[in-house]
Amino acid sequence: MAFVSIRDLKVSFDGVQVLHGIGLDIGRGEAVGLVGESGCGKSVTWLAALSLLPAKARISGSVRIDGQELIGAPGPEIEKVRGARIAMIFQDPSSSLNPVQRVGKQIMESLRLHRGLKGAMARTEAIRLMNMVGIPSAETRVDLYPHEFSGGQCQRIMIAMALAGQPDLLIADEPTTALDATIQAQILDLLSTIRRETGMAMVFISHDLGAVSAVCDRAAVMYAGKIVESNEITALFAAPRHPYTVGLLDAIPELDVTRARLQPIKGTVPDPKYLPTGCAFAPRCTHATDFCTTDQPELKRQPDSGLLACFHPAGRYKTETLTRREELV
Amino acid sequence: MLNFILSRMARAVMTLVMVMSFAFIVMRLSGDPATILLGPDAPQDAIDAFRARWGLDDPLWKQYLAYIAQIFTFDFGISMRDQMPALDIVLERIPATLAITLPAMILKLGIGIPAGVYAALHRESIADRGVITLSIFGFTIPSFVLALVLVLIFSVQLGWLPSGGQDSWQHAILPIVTLSVGGIGIMARFSRSAMIEVLGQPYIRTAMAKGLSWRDVVWKHALPNASVPIVTLVGFMVGALIAGAAVVESIFSWPGVGRLIVSSVANRDLAVVQCLLLVIASSMVAANLLVDIAYGLLDPRLRSKRSAH
Ligand SMILES: Nc1ncnc2c1ncn2[C@@H]1O[C@H](COP(=O)(O)OP(=O)(O)OP(=O)(O)O)[C@@H](O)[C@H]1O
Ligand SMILES: [Mg+2]
Repeated sequence: MAFVSIRDLKVSFDGVQVLHGIGLDIGRGEAVGLVGESGCGKSVTWLAALSLLPAKARISGSVRIDGQELIGAPGPEIEKVRGARIAMIFQDPSSSLNPVQRVGKQIMESLRLHRGLKGAMARTEAIRLMNMVGIPSAETRVDLYPHEFSGGQCQRIMIAMALAGQPDLLIADEPTTALDATIQAQILDLLSTIRRETGMAMVFISHDLGAVSAVCDRAAVMYAGKIVESNEITALFAAPRHPYTVGLLDAIPELDVTRARLQPIKGTVPDPKYLPTGCAFAPRCTHATDFCTTDQPELKRQPDSGLLACFHPAGRYKTETLTRREELV
Repeated sequence: MLNFILSRMARAVMTLVMVMSFAFIVMRLSGDPATILLGPDAPQDAIDAFRARWGLDDPLWKQYLAYIAQIFTFDFGISMRDQMPALDIVLERIPATLAITLPAMILKLGIGIPAGVYAALHRESIADRGVITLSIFGFTIPSFVLALVLVLIFSVQLGWLPSGGQDSWQHAILPIVTLSVGGIGIMARFSRSAMIEVLGQPYIRTAMAKGLSWRDVVWKHALPNASVPIVTLVGFMVGALIAGAAVVESIFSWPGVGRLIVSSVANRDLAVVQCLLLVIASSMVAANLLVDIAYGLLDPRLRSKRSAH
């Protein structure tokens, strides 16, 4: 049985449904990417799992950790899971730390909570963690406030804080989006190293398949509140099936040989309030047929062990676009 | 920090000089004290004598310089009306005013802040709606209307409390209640929105994701951040401790600073008015200074901005 398993998770805000039945398994020690454009529900999925959404959110479905149900669980039980079993770090590191509390104190708070460390012991351990995530001269900087660190350093401190609870699973919600490219690479490196050393599982949320491929074994692609494809990273890159995945791959600059290949997906993400009747991606899909606009494809297991929700998977689509591109070159 | 305080104090002195200059101009432009104090029918030689006695015949710039010089030597002159040092007249009134404004202030903070924070934590509940409604009522009702209603109920109808004067502690109750109602409303509204703002910040989600209990999230992370904007408003209230009760003091015949303002302005008692203005302006400037220092203690971002100067 998977360590964490999400089944048919649905979330709506003020009557507008934004998650349409997410299903996802995370094994122990596994690193899974969650990819998709802004607004597709990547963050909401995990915020819902940890009951971190505002009270107005309506949540249904199931999230189990080692068989223990989290959806609808009483507050104290969820508090025992947060930070201790599942830790989460966020997109905007600078505003995710309490601005009026010393960073060391914020790390020590986790240490006291999850490992019972107090006083000098907690302080030493906080300094060790800060060193571990690569904060230079942590001994002196442990008493500084968040605004005295750069964005990348704040993210490192967030990671140190998450590690303080020795979680089994770390949810990294776009941890590098707010950072520039070199810092981004450093943080990805750090996350990979930590995962190797601690053996914890990780969910890496991003809109960048390239970043995901750097840290994950497997990835799930989300579109408009649904998972549309999921597979091992290598398989996903070698043979993307969903036209949306193909589009995301085309948008990774590093992978492109010619400029002609670097193209964004046309159109925009649909408003959750006015989702199309059929496949949500149909209006943007060059490959959609009438059928796609009336019926919703289900997420089905494929012969290659991946999962896919598409009536007209790529393959033919891919070769077609390739020939068109070759003409362009 | 010391540098900061010194520079702020220099600025405070500048502010006071500006306030006093403005007061000088307004007071000289708004009517002749001689005719007001002596009455419109006073004989001309009495008026002339009065003007000479108080230096009102000197050119304006000379009066102004003398006036500024007086202020810097803490000599505010003699009341034209009571022939007593103006400063004594003003200082004598301060305890009476503080006797009602201080308890009112404690009520404003002690009721307003908890009510606002509670409402923010139980947003959209009945309690929240109740707090919003009551606070709107509190700060929209004019204090003279509230005072009259309270007098009608508690003095006239029930006969429980006196309607004016200063003879016992019971006399202070209605003035204190009247004074605090608006402030409680403002404080509740403001604390509520400050708290709601903070609760929506990413670091609150971080604190929850850490596994802290809701109680700890509120006490250790939300409240320390919400206290920064709340302190601003507290500062305003501290600044109004001395001068903020004029209407209420007049209604309840409470012999405080506020009533002195009203009577000395009406009488064009220049020395007293000027002295009052300086005392009031000083108290506001001091309150501002306290707020700035409190900011630095509460918010490390402001502290380091300062030391960078
Ligand atoms: N607190 C909220 N109230 C109302 N709607 C919300 C709230 N949080 C998220 N949503 C909506 O839910 C949908 C999914 O949002 P989510 O934050 O999960 O997107 P995302 O995939 O994480 O995007 P991004 O890459 O921008 O972080 C969006 O349409 C968003 O507007
Ligand atoms: Mg997000």
